[in-house]
Parts: sequence; structure tokens; C-alpha cells
Amino acid sequence: MIKVNAIGDACPIPVVKTKNAIRDLNGPGTVVTLVDNEIAVQNLEKMARQKGYGVQAEKLGDNQFQVTMTVGAGDAAPAPQEPVVCQPQRSGKKNTVVVIRRAQMGGGSEELGKTLLKGFLFALSQQDQLPTTLLFYNGGAALTCEGSGSLEDLKTLEAMGVEILTCGTCLNFYGLTEQLQVGEVTNMYTIAEKMTQADLLVEP
Amino acid sequence: MGEEKLFCKGGGCTAKLGAGILSRILERIPRGAEDPDLLIGYDSHDDAAVYRLTDDLAFVQTLDFFPPLVEDPYTFGQIAAANALSDIYAMGGEVKTALNIVCFPETMDLNILGEIMRGGAEKVIEAGGVLAGGHSIADESVKYGLSVTGVVNPRTVYANDTPESGDALILTKPLGVGIILCASRVGEASEEAVAAAIQSMTTLNKSAAALCRGYHVHAVTDVTGFSFLGHLHEMMHGTHSCEIFASQVPVFPEALRHADEFLLTAAGQRNRNYVGDAVRFDGVPFSMEEVLFDPQTSGGLLISLPEQEAPALLKELRESGLPAAIVGRVTEAAAPEILVK
Repeated sequence: MIKVNAIGDACPIPVVKTKNAIRDLNGPGTVVTLVDNEIAVQNLEKMARQKGYGVQAEKLGDNQFQVTMTVGAGDAAPAPQEPVVCQPQRSGKKNTVVVIRRAQMGGGSEELGKTLLKGFLFALSQQDQLPTTLLFYNGGAALTCEGSGSLEDLKTLEAMGVEILTCGTCLNFYGLTEQLQVGEVTNMYTIAEKMTQADLLVEP
Repeated sequence: MGEEKLFCKGGGCTAKLGAGILSRILERIPRGAEDPDLLIGYDSHDDAAVYRLTDDLAFVQTLDFFPPLVEDPYTFGQIAAANALSDIYAMGGEVKTALNIVCFPETMDLNILGEIMRGGAEKVIEAGGVLAGGHSIADESVKYGLSVTGVVNPRTVYANDTPESGDALILTKPLGVGIILCASRVGEASEEAVAAAIQSMTTLNKSAAALCRGYHVHAVTDVTGFSFLGHLHEMMHGTHSCEIFASQVPVFPEALRHADEFLLTAAGQRNRNYVGDAVRFDGVPFSMEEVLFDPQTSGGLLISLPEQEAPALLKELRESGLPAAIVGRVTEAAAPEILVK
């Protein structure tokens, strides 16, 4: 295994360093590259897909990502034209809308409620039937913003085609407008429309 | 030139913020009351504003600046100026005045700044404009560009988002300068390729815009940081679709080679993230996809005009020395918005 530190390097340097490391492997093996931004991760993944290498990306912390490439014995073979679809299409036909209206799940202890909601959002991302839309408003708006423990799960859901919408008025009210990390901002018109047109409305 | 070198690590239009982040911010900025004389503002994703003064006179206002993308300061000045002036041409306007925008470290050799501004001034003169002043800010890194004002007849201003079904699309400069400069930074680009890219970036879009005047042009944009596909997406404006003939698109051949080696910019990937969903590639090689997403600095004009008029304009553009080509055609709105084959 070769480790490559490309923290602080602008594209294309992370890719160039990784390519050099793969050449140094001189055969099958693993190269682990550290980068500080998501675009560099995407450029590395793009190369891996074109070359037919195994690739896995992981966020280690703020501005720190780790991309692991596995070069197999048969990787001289030309890369497939179409990138491999990483996530199965699991969206159900039913129009399910999940409403998160506060930062905790259920009444009682706030501490417990927050843990429960985090667990709920993770479990949601693992369902065979994914919802169409997640709506976040009032206290729930904090979940899509910086500092939320559920950002990874929400990004996974978004990557699988789930629409993630946060109430713009609420972001503004709580001073979170600049902190939104996942999904889009929405308005009350859209929130009303999504809720009235849902086949099933889920509120944890 | 000796010591007078600039340190560049990703300048030109690759240094721009991505369109994805930008549109999210712009949506939330207060607009104030609508002014009927503001003919083109940022609603249309244009880089310039057109404001009507009388029925047959409007002014066009634009600005652009960025960090160095080549080491030679004089060349950098020329490129930055040609790039800023281009927005006036994309509107069909005539350049009148320009002001310098300068960020420069206090500790750096002022002769370098002199060279940058000499390059810029020469391009303003070539454009037929007057360099009328400017502002200089002490900053950690060098940035240069222009604020430019031009005039246009409001009745004949070119919008960037009003193509019509059945139009042909003409592109006036080759694509791939972003990738070539990216490869150059890691020592992989040939001198010839860099020289060709510089020659293209320092060429004004003046004559291309002037030639358009003789035709019933429906929409014009200049291809810059958001890449060919990004600007094409803005041109289709949700009202039209288009087919692009990948083999007809003018490119710098060496850019394709570097794209196959993954010498790619972050801005290119941001463009893919921004506009990729609107595009379907049908049998197009990976390297060509990347060139179509490559951020251009001082790129060419992308012109939408009736198909039957296209060959005549193309002939005139070629005769004026531009490596222009017919690269696609506009259709009714359909999915995908942009089909590249």
C-alpha cells in the first residue's frame, strides 16, 4: 500500500501524484490518497472509473478526504465506457414525503430525541423503498446545516435521488442560510404542494 | 524577460466559482424594483448588463478579472483584457471605455505590473476603446482585468438565451485551453500547444461579432469559465434543446491527449457537476467529454442563427482567420436538453 498526501494541492496535482504512486506499485496493490476537497475526490474517482480500478472515498473530517484505489491484476483491460452505477435504484413508485419539523424525534428527553432522529435518518437511507422527498422546517432546518450529525446520511439519500428541501424562511430565521450543506432551499408554496401531493406523509 | 515571471497555480477562468454555488447565492439576492430599461441583467445568466438610454442607444457594462494563467506578465495582461472585452462583443456592442482592475502584492517588482497593464492597454486600443483609469489594491496575489463599457443599439442587442428551433450553432475558437494550461503547470504540455492556446486567448472576438451583424443571429454567448456545455445549457434556457456533433467541434488536439491522462482542472469537474444532468453523451470518448466541460479563458463566440445562413457566416469567419465550425443544431425542447454524439 502506498500513501499519497495531496492535502493543499490544487487539481491536477492530486491525480498526478496518485498516478505516480500507481506506477510505483508496479502491479496489483492499493494507493490511498488524502485530499482536502470534494472536487479532487471526484476527479480521482473519474480516473479510477476510466482505468477500471476499484475506488472508495471516505470523508475523514472537515476538508479531509481519503480516496482508496485498488489496482487489480487484470487492470490492463480497457475501462468500460459507462461508469458503473454504484447505488441500486431503490426509489419506490409511491410518492412518500418525510417531514422533519424539529431537531429531535418524539417528546421526552432532548438528548435521546436527537440520537433517535439521527438513527432514523440513517435507517431511512438503508430502506429498500426510499421516499421521494424530505422536507425540513422550523427546528428541523438545523439537520441539513453545518454541524448536523446526519449530513453524511442525507448526502447518501440525495445521491440516491431523494429530493432534500429545507424551508428558506426557517434558515433565515435561525441565521443558518450560509450553513446549508445538503439539498436545496424551498418556500412555503413548494412545501404545501409536496405535502398535499404525497401518497404517504411520514413524520418521525 | 528574465526575472519577470508570475507565479500561477490555476488562474484564468479556472479560478472562477462554480455555477452551481453561484446560482444558489444569486437566487437570494434582493433585486429592488424592476427597471424596464435594464434590457439584460443577471436574470438571463449574462455576464454583462445592457441598459437602454434612448430608443436606439443602450450601454453595455461588464467586468472580468482573474489570477495569472501564464507566466509572462505581458501575455497575461493581453489575455485578461481580451477576456473582459469579449462580453461586450457577445452582446453585439462596440467598446468605448475601459478601467483597470488590479490586485498586486506591495513587495513584488512593479515592472511586472507595468508589463501586465501594457498588455491590457494594447488590447483595449485594438478594440477601439479608451483606457480611462482604474483601481489598484494591495493583495497577497496578483489579479488583473478590466471593467468595460460599450454601446449597442437596443433593437439589435444579442441575448445569450434566445435560440430558435432549426438554428445552426457556430463556435469560433477551439476548445481545450484550460486543460492545456493545466498540463503546462505540471510540465506536460508542449511549447507549441501552449503557444497556440495563447494565440487563441489573445484574439479578440471583435471580428467574429462584427461579421454576425450581416446575419439574422438569434443568440450569441462567449464561451468562458462555465465551459462549452455550461454556456450552451444557459443558451438553451429550458426552452430549447440541441444536438452537438462532437467530431465537428474545434479542439486543440493536445487537450484530448492530456484529458486522457486526467490532467483536469477542478473547475472542469464543477462544470460537470453543474450541467452534467442536462447532457447525454452518445458514443463520445471520455477525453472529448472533458474538453466540452473544460473552462475556457477568453474563449470564442457561440452563435445561434438560421441553418440556411450558417454556411455563409462560417465562410466569412474562416476567411477572417478564425478556426470556426458548425458544431450542432437547435431543436424544440426535449430530453436530454443537450445530446452530444
